[in-house]
Amino acid sequence: MPKHEILSEEEKKELLERLKIQEKQLPKILDSDPVIKKINAKAGDVIKITRNSPTAGKSIYYRLVISK
Amino acid sequence: MKYKIGSIDFSILSPEQIKNIARVRIVTSDLYDADGYPIEGGVMDPRMGVIDPGFHCRTCGGGIGECPGHFGYLELAKPVIHVLYTKVIYYLLKYTCRECGRIMIGGKSGKKTTQPSTCPHCNAQQKKINFVKPYVFYEDKKELTPLDIRERFEKIPDSDLKAIGIKGGRPEWLILTLFPIPPVTMRPSITLESGERSEDDLTHKLVDIVRINQSLKENIDIGAPEFIINDLWELVQYHTATYFDNELTGVPLARHRSGRPLKGIIQRLKAKEGRIRGNLLGKRVNFSARTVISPDPRLSINEVGVPELIAQELTVPVHVTKLNFKEAKNLLKLGKVNYVIRPDGRRIKVTEENRKDLLEHLTTDWVIERQLQDGDITIFNRQPSLHRVSMMAHWVKVMPYKTLRMNPSVCPPYNADFDGDEMNLHALQTEEAKTEAICLMDVKHNIISPRFGGPVVGLDLDQISGLYLLTKKGTIISREEAAQLFADAGIDIKLPLKDKFTGKELFSLLLPKELDMEFKANCCRNCDECIKENCEYDAWVKIRNGELITGTIDAKAAGAFKGKIINKLEKMFDDKEIVKKFIDDAGRLGTAFIMKRGFSIALSDLDLPENIRKKIKTEIDKAQEEANSLIEKYKKQQLSILPGLTAEDSLEAQVMNALASGVSRVSDIVAENVKQTDVMVMALSGAKGSIINTTQIAAVVGQETILGKRIKRGYLYRTLPHIKPFDLSPVSRGFVARGFKDGLTPFELFWNIMNGREGLMDKSLRTRKSGYMQRRLMNALQDLKVVRDTSIRNSNDQIIQFYAGEDGMDPSKSYWGGLNWKEYVKEAE
Repeated sequence: MPKHEILSEEEKKELLERLKIQEKQLPKILDSDPVIKKINAKAGDVIKITRNSPTAGKSIYYRLVISK
Repeated sequence: MKYKIGSIDFSILSPEQIKNIARVRIVTSDLYDADGYPIEGGVMDPRMGVIDPGFHCRTCGGGIGECPGHFGYLELAKPVIHVLYTKVIYYLLKYTCRECGRIMIGGKSGKKTTQPSTCPHCNAQQKKINFVKPYVFYEDKKELTPLDIRERFEKIPDSDLKAIGIKGGRPEWLILTLFPIPPVTMRPSITLESGERSEDDLTHKLVDIVRINQSLKENIDIGAPEFIINDLWELVQYHTATYFDNELTGVPLARHRSGRPLKGIIQRLKAKEGRIRGNLLGKRVNFSARTVISPDPRLSINEVGVPELIAQELTVPVHVTKLNFKEAKNLLKLGKVNYVIRPDGRRIKVTEENRKDLLEHLTTDWVIERQLQDGDITIFNRQPSLHRVSMMAHWVKVMPYKTLRMNPSVCPPYNADFDGDEMNLHALQTEEAKTEAICLMDVKHNIISPRFGGPVVGLDLDQISGLYLLTKKGTIISREEAAQLFADAGIDIKLPLKDKFTGKELFSLLLPKELDMEFKANCCRNCDECIKENCEYDAWVKIRNGELITGTIDAKAAGAFKGKIINKLEKMFDDKEIVKKFIDDAGRLGTAFIMKRGFSIALSDLDLPENIRKKIKTEIDKAQEEANSLIEKYKKQQLSILPGLTAEDSLEAQVMNALASGVSRVSDIVAENVKQTDVMVMALSGAKGSIINTTQIAAVVGQETILGKRIKRGYLYRTLPHIKPFDLSPVSRGFVARGFKDGLTPFELFWNIMNGREGLMDKSLRTRKSGYMQRRLMNALQDLKVVRDTSIRNSNDQIIQFYAGEDGMDPSKSYWGGLNWKEYVKEAE
């Protein structure tokens, strides 16, 4: 399981500014997802996922938690 | 007059709208009068548009191509249900009150899935609504006629409809009272050679509807008994239903007189040949040709041999200017121009009679449509076009005979062979298209696969065998022979001043001086310890300054998909002509050498000495005995059970394993002892065939499987009636203990055929399934794009990935999908 962590408000703001996007343009993840339950994230949080990759070493992905 | 479309919305037509858009009221089912003229008020009324050239529309005055056609309408004697909206009708009936017409929500039972028993607004008792496909509704076993339904829908208030999201019309419009008759332009009749008229399917259907409606009306007027009226009403309903969709479940197909099912409106639009996929997403094109392909290694990889017949038919427009006036005139004089286009836009076909006249009038500003000639650029394609490399740009070379010719080295990207394959050729018509094709689609720019960063264009089959034989240890060629060889191959090269050459030296002449590389050849035996240059099989390819020092050239060096030299050259040089020339020359050199040397195989190539055969026999027997002892153990319940498997599965796994390792030991023996013939040349060089094929022919075929398991199906507890029940031995479960050369026993033959049939089934099912999966995937991914901040977004500007493929790597710039870090380290040093 790759590392999932919740971004703080400032980090989230910084990310959205950096990408010049709105929250809803981020990839989504349901709050019913086991990993979201585990790290106790709420709808509206942005999750930072750090994955290992054979070609890129580490790759970072962000997903917005939403509720159904 | 030009208009811009502001918005489009889709809704259903109201009876008033149907009447308003119509120009004709249809009253009769007759089409033509005795003189063959269309009857007014008939389904082919001339006021609904023109389909015959030379006539003008009675409504708008436009000729053919100008008049868009006009609707008519038919007054239905009794309303009918629109079959395509039965679902909506069903839900509306279910959830609206039968008394007050309000939507029944907000009551006690909040669930929407069941029909409420009482209306929350007027407390009226509701009755159970039943929908019987395709178009009948019942209320407590009593049939609801379209008239009843319409009456009910009229009561539903607009505000309620808005609340449940019904937009664009009233629900009672779902019950047809007026029937729109589409313009004749969308259902043209054709005149057969015999002078007979043949009507479109829709016209036939409309005639049926009008005719039955007519007789329904008459019957109502004379006060016919109810059952007759109901029968006719039902018939009108049937005809309108099949007019819209003739593939409804539970409705008998409406058929043409010949028995062919008629095409409804839905059938016109739906599926592969339908309007969307057949006419909008894919169209027939002009300036294209198709014929059988055949190989010609004398052509370069980015050329295509075009038969004279095709070249005379396909044309390219050329604008006549001061600079090319002479040439243009000459072409016209020679009869190599099919059409001329005058500055006023008139297109004139060039014939023997008018040529002289046209020659006199030809000036700059004219456009001539010139026949295809050498050096034109065309797009060459073989279906299925799964790849971008299924369509590449080739330069034209006009040739005699009737097939399209191509260099065999471009077979792999197209997945073509010459057993009767046909390919398409497209002549490009504009300068922009030509430029784009030359810069992006030329074969020489598409040698590297966009899928895995290796070459897709490269040598195959005999070309590889040829190079292998040429460059292997001990090939010595005299100066005369070498000169002859290069002449045969059509390679213009200066031979170094030497009397004798090795094959390696000759091959080196094709390599650029800058090339430096080392790698394992295909014929490498994967020894435990690699001794590189001193390899006894000459499998360590070492190239220094464009000289092949050790190693044999085979599939790993120059083959399609594998060729490391091609890959390196392509990445070394920006001028792709060098790569192209290497592939051209290497292919021809290989072919020339193999023709000089001769190449032939025979069944006796796979003969094995008697002692080896005995050894193989004992190996196979040993494997079978091992398997049998496992079965014995299993029957005594002493077999060790593997984790996660049942006892039976453990036995199967262990038996399969024992037999497979037996076969692989045999394979090793065969590899060591088989005669070194051209069969082995092909297997070692990677041209065709493998050691497994060799073993199967010479020694043992091995286990035949169905769905990856030993053969189990057949009779109760056994595979064939000749076998005792519960016999689990290898022979009774599909093990073939003989080679194809020795011949199979009847049982073994049967196992082999079972396996063969599975392969055949699998292949056809898999290609169908994967084709559909690919289509879905393409549709899902087609508008993803990389934006400036490196993220990948879809058409809604939603981010899909933050960095392409999570590593930002372009597969076409990778090394067979990965990073060739050794190369980078070497470069850095």
